[in-house]
Amino acid sequence: MLQQLRENKSLQGALLILPTMVFMVGLLIIPLALTLVASFGQRSPDGGVIFTFSLDNYIRLLGFQPGCLQPSCFDSLYLQILWRSLTLAFQTTVLVILLAYPLSYFIARAPRKRRTTFLFLVLVPLWTNFVIRVYAWMMILRTQGVLNGFLGWLAGLLGIPFAPLEMLYTPGAVLVGMVYEFLPFMILPIYTSLEKIDPSLYEAAADLGANSFRTFLRVTLPLSLPGMVAGTILVFIPVMGMFVVSDLLGGRQVILVGNLIQRQFLDARDPTFGSAASLILMVMTLLVTYFYTRKFGFGEEIVAA
Amino acid sequence: MSELAVELRDVVKTFQTPEGTPVNAVDRVNLQIQNGEFFSMLGSSGCGKTTSLRMIAGFEWPTSGEVFIAGQPQGHKPPFQRPVNTVFQNYALFQHMTVFDNVAFGLQMAKRPGDEIIRRVGEALEMVKLGSMEKRYPRQLSGGQQQRVALARALVNRPQVLLLDEPLGALDQKLRKEMQVELKLLQKEVGITFIFVTHDQEEALSMSDRIAVMSLGKVLQIGSPVEIYERPNCRFVADFIGETNFLEGQVRAVDGEKVIVFVPALEAEIAGVGYQSFHNGQQVSLSVRPEKIHLAEQPPDGQKSFPVRVTQVSYIGSDTRVLVQAGKTTLKVAEQNKISTLDPDAYFQNGEQAFASLTPENTLVLPVDEVP
Ligand SMILES: Nc1ncnc2c1ncn2[C@@H]1O[C@H](COP(=O)(O)OP(=O)(O)OP(=O)(O)O)[C@@H](O)[C@H]1O
Ligand SMILES: [Mg+2]
Repeated sequence: MLQQLRENKSLQGALLILPTMVFMVGLLIIPLALTLVASFGQRSPDGGVIFTFSLDNYIRLLGFQPGCLQPSCFDSLYLQILWRSLTLAFQTTVLVILLAYPLSYFIARAPRKRRTTFLFLVLVPLWTNFVIRVYAWMMILRTQGVLNGFLGWLAGLLGIPFAPLEMLYTPGAVLVGMVYEFLPFMILPIYTSLEKIDPSLYEAAADLGANSFRTFLRVTLPLSLPGMVAGTILVFIPVMGMFVVSDLLGGRQVILVGNLIQRQFLDARDPTFGSAASLILMVMTLLVTYFYTRKFGFGEEIVAA
Repeated sequence: MSELAVELRDVVKTFQTPEGTPVNAVDRVNLQIQNGEFFSMLGSSGCGKTTSLRMIAGFEWPTSGEVFIAGQPQGHKPPFQRPVNTVFQNYALFQHMTVFDNVAFGLQMAKRPGDEIIRRVGEALEMVKLGSMEKRYPRQLSGGQQQRVALARALVNRPQVLLLDEPLGALDQKLRKEMQVELKLLQKEVGITFIFVTHDQEEALSMSDRIAVMSLGKVLQIGSPVEIYERPNCRFVADFIGETNFLEGQVRAVDGEKVIVFVPALEAEIAGVGYQSFHNGQQVSLSVRPEKIHLAEQPPDGQKSFPVRVTQVSYIGSDTRVLVQAGKTTLKVAEQNKISTLDPDAYFQNGEQAFASLTPENTLVLPVDEVP
């Protein structure tokens, strides 16, 4: 028996991937298949699934009523939610890049000994639970919160009349929360790619007549592109499905696909519609990622580093 | 126009070290490099060659003293405003650009028109024999080819001075020899001043018009390869360039350039030439190159000689290297194998008695260095 195992390479391989296979099939493939099946089913009165083959859920997602595909029945609510999620993920990614790049650049060019400290500081927030950090943002942004308190104090000092700003439960609040949550996931890969650039390349560029700005455009930026690509994948995909941030900071005002799915399963008790929304989200994310990576790659150099 | 391409006047570069004591990487260096010259800086590791070159390029600024390029003081000018280009030891090619874009970089920075860039890049790549590889990326090239791209990328800008920091260091022996020849030919062809840094003395001797020998941040001697080898001005240079035998002694008499030195190890007075001023009683070193010692089985007539015993013989083809015990010291002797023979008697044998003679012209009297 053991002898046989020693000689049979493919059996060894099969045994090695077995645990992962069990895990993936049990926790990914089967649930995914169930979701797919459920999305074509119908909601039973007690919130279960009646297995049929109906496109009703998808028709509703596109904004029509089952059995009525006339423009008069059209309601863009769900399409708006999908669009909002897409644009928010896009905005978040762009903002995160804009914030992360200068910081990563700064860290990468700091003396070697300091870099560890700075990276450590970047990672410190991740020690606190993610939901708790979002609650902290609620404290800051509330009408009676820290930020309004500070602004009021400042206005009082300057003698300007001040009415507290409504900041919580706005799209802006959700954006701030997302950017905050995902910043480290962009800083790390960009830092890695910047740090790998051989300093003699900067000298070579200067030697050939490039000032700092042109060196940045022609050398630094292109060589750090893999980091930005890897960071974008790490940020864009989770933001697309995120619901905690929008739930806590957006309230009823900012509903994303994530919230829609969560509410279908938990509040509306319509798992079939929730499944359809999940699949649409997945397909949308896959499509964006597919076209993005076809153009820029996965930032392999960074992932491999 | 000034005759000098580059001049260093009293240049000092002090680095703050982590250990706390500042070091003078370059210590009061004076250099005058002529237009069109192939000038080498030679010295052992850490002697300040790279630092000197980086100050000319503008990557470092002198702590004191001044660098002049074409007569102009450079002060704190950044590298991109200096009419020099550098070939880096690790080539520093832009990995994300094709060979063409690498070479075009400098011209693009100088905002040359597009058709001129295409023409000049083509010429430069032709010159380094890489005409067919302009679409490749650096990682798709061999080390020697990358080296040529680095060269083309610098030369295409027609700098007044080209700085090369051990450009052949990363190549294997054979390629290195080939590139030495090519580089020398290229320099003649383009007529640009080359300042070439190396720690390989053979490389420096074979390529350079003049060499500066450096040690511990100081320039010890500047001269043509022949001058450096035949007339070293101090013990360090005599020792560093080629091989030599040192005999320590005391000056007994001085007559112009002729110096008589008593060498205790041989218990004899030896006549040599000294090109610096010496006085009676001064401690000096005599330097004799191995190939300039004459070894014979019988004492030669009319010439002073001393008996020696052969202790080791190694035949290396063109020469036979012989170690002999002379008095209390050992001498290295190189015997050229001018005659082709298999007769063992034609070569010296271990344990054989022989007579060594030194001619005064070949015996250089050097002051004992103050620094060890
Ligand atoms: N940035 C720096 N900080 C501190 N010390 C330095 C720095 N750069 C060089 N040094 C010191 O200056 C001295 C000269 O260095 P340099 O690089 O010029 O030597 P080199 O002659 O080029 O040697 P090699 O042949 O090994 O390249 C060395 O002792 C080195 O340790
Ligand atoms: Mg060096």
